[in-house]
Amino acid sequence: MALSVEVKSLEMHFNMSKERLTTLKEYFLKMVRKELRFEDFVVLHDISFKIEQGDVFGIVGLNGSGKSTLLKLISGIMRPTKGNVKTHGTIAPLIELGAGFDMELTARENIYLNGSVLGFSKKFMDERFDEIVEFSEMRDFLDTPMKNYSSGMVARIGFAIATMTTPDILIVDEILSVGDFKFQEKCERRINDIMNSNTTVIIVSHSIDQIERLCQHCLWLEHGGIRMIGDSQAVCDAYKNT
Amino acid sequence: MKSTGRFNLFFKKFKRFLPLLQNLTERDIKLKYRRSILGIAWSVLNPLLMMLVITQVFGLLLKIKVENFPVYYIVGVAMWNFFSDATFMSLNSVIDSAPLIKKVYIPKYIFPLEKCMFALINFLFSLIAVVIVMLFQSVVPSWTIILFWVPILYCFVFAIGVSLILSALSVYFRDLLHLYSVVLTIWMYATPIIYPVSLVKGSTLVYNIIRCNPMYYYVEYFRSVVMYGIVPDLTWNLICVTFSVGFFILGVFVFNRAQRNFILYI
Repeated sequence: MALSVEVKSLEMHFNMSKERLTTLKEYFLKMVRKELRFEDFVVLHDISFKIEQGDVFGIVGLNGSGKSTLLKLISGIMRPTKGNVKTHGTIAPLIELGAGFDMELTARENIYLNGSVLGFSKKFMDERFDEIVEFSEMRDFLDTPMKNYSSGMVARIGFAIATMTTPDILIVDEILSVGDFKFQEKCERRINDIMNSNTTVIIVSHSIDQIERLCQHCLWLEHGGIRMIGDSQAVCDAYKNT
Repeated sequence: MKSTGRFNLFFKKFKRFLPLLQNLTERDIKLKYRRSILGIAWSVLNPLLMMLVITQVFGLLLKIKVENFPVYYIVGVAMWNFFSDATFMSLNSVIDSAPLIKKVYIPKYIFPLEKCMFALINFLFSLIAVVIVMLFQSVVPSWTIILFWVPILYCFVFAIGVSLILSALSVYFRDLLHLYSVVLTIWMYATPIIYPVSLVKGSTLVYNIIRCNPMYYYVEYFRSVVMYGIVPDLTWNLICVTFSVGFFILGVFVFNRAQRNFILYI
């Protein structure tokens, strides 16, 4: 089996300055007085694991255990303080749907804008446009500015864009709860299709049921370290019993 | 070997995100003129109206003696506005794109670069106003007008350099937002836009300050090819290139160093 994600002795620190210095005067004053103090906050430490191609990998943990930071490191948004993350293939992050939307623009314009945020060409988007509109069921509102949309409608379009291709790695962060129940079913079907096509899927969720149902392997984060890793069923059982 | 690999990677990424650059620029243009009746015509009307006000105030009240003052002013101010718009919009560009930067991987220089593109397109529209004033004042340009793009190119590269520096530093020091508008005002008066350089040649100090100002060279270059039919000499061109390329390299260097930690501060 080919490796899809390789995380090696990863460490992530945040510099939490005691007080936030964002003005030049303060900064220089403190620098001259040698009062620049930073509190080193370790978000993640000693994280090493591998995910194989085609695996469905869950990450569980309490709030603040470092799940989102780990996802950001995998998708390349942040750089680790130490260690490294290697990924093979294209990554489609589903981290918060519709992150690239401009609410002043119409849905049609936003679909193209968001496509280019994900690095797709105009030609490619032209080909997929109808498919996206069809899936989101928003054809009647295509030329309405998105500020007039409800949050469910925004999420529909966001989901349709993010899953229109079959990426090598799909990152899913608590998004299987968008829209009405019918659309949720549709989303789960789409995710299942993607899972069956040799795509590596990384899921973060607070719904243990979902993780148990969908994932083969699972990682349990606690205070920025690995508490347990392995077979999804075993990890979820242990997590539930704490 | 290693550096060519990095270069190739850079161009591959740049090509991939070229549609994004285009889409963001389109968005800015659409949003700027959406729901205004005259739309993009404002890009032409605005400099024209400003020119009317300024020429009345400075031409009649202060009695500045420049031949064809309306043309002199609008040629200069068009280029100045291009530079000040580009850099002023870039200043906020990274901070304003925080929601995107936090969620998806995007090369971050796209944001200041996009603002410079947007300003450039606006500038090209405002050139229509320049042509109108020239026709009105019956200024006949010589063949040198076909070189009008040379100073624009110099100024564009310079603006990108300055924008990269400003957008990167403003993430760490929000003071720049307030400080820079003051700097821009001083900078504008240090550039011969509403007065001729000959006016300050009497004072060596002021003249020397102006000679340190890159914008002085671009504006004068633009005027000489558009109005006076003179092609600036090699030295003048070298000065322009040095400022443009110098600031561009400095901008790339500063931005590259600073962008690593953007995500922790925006």
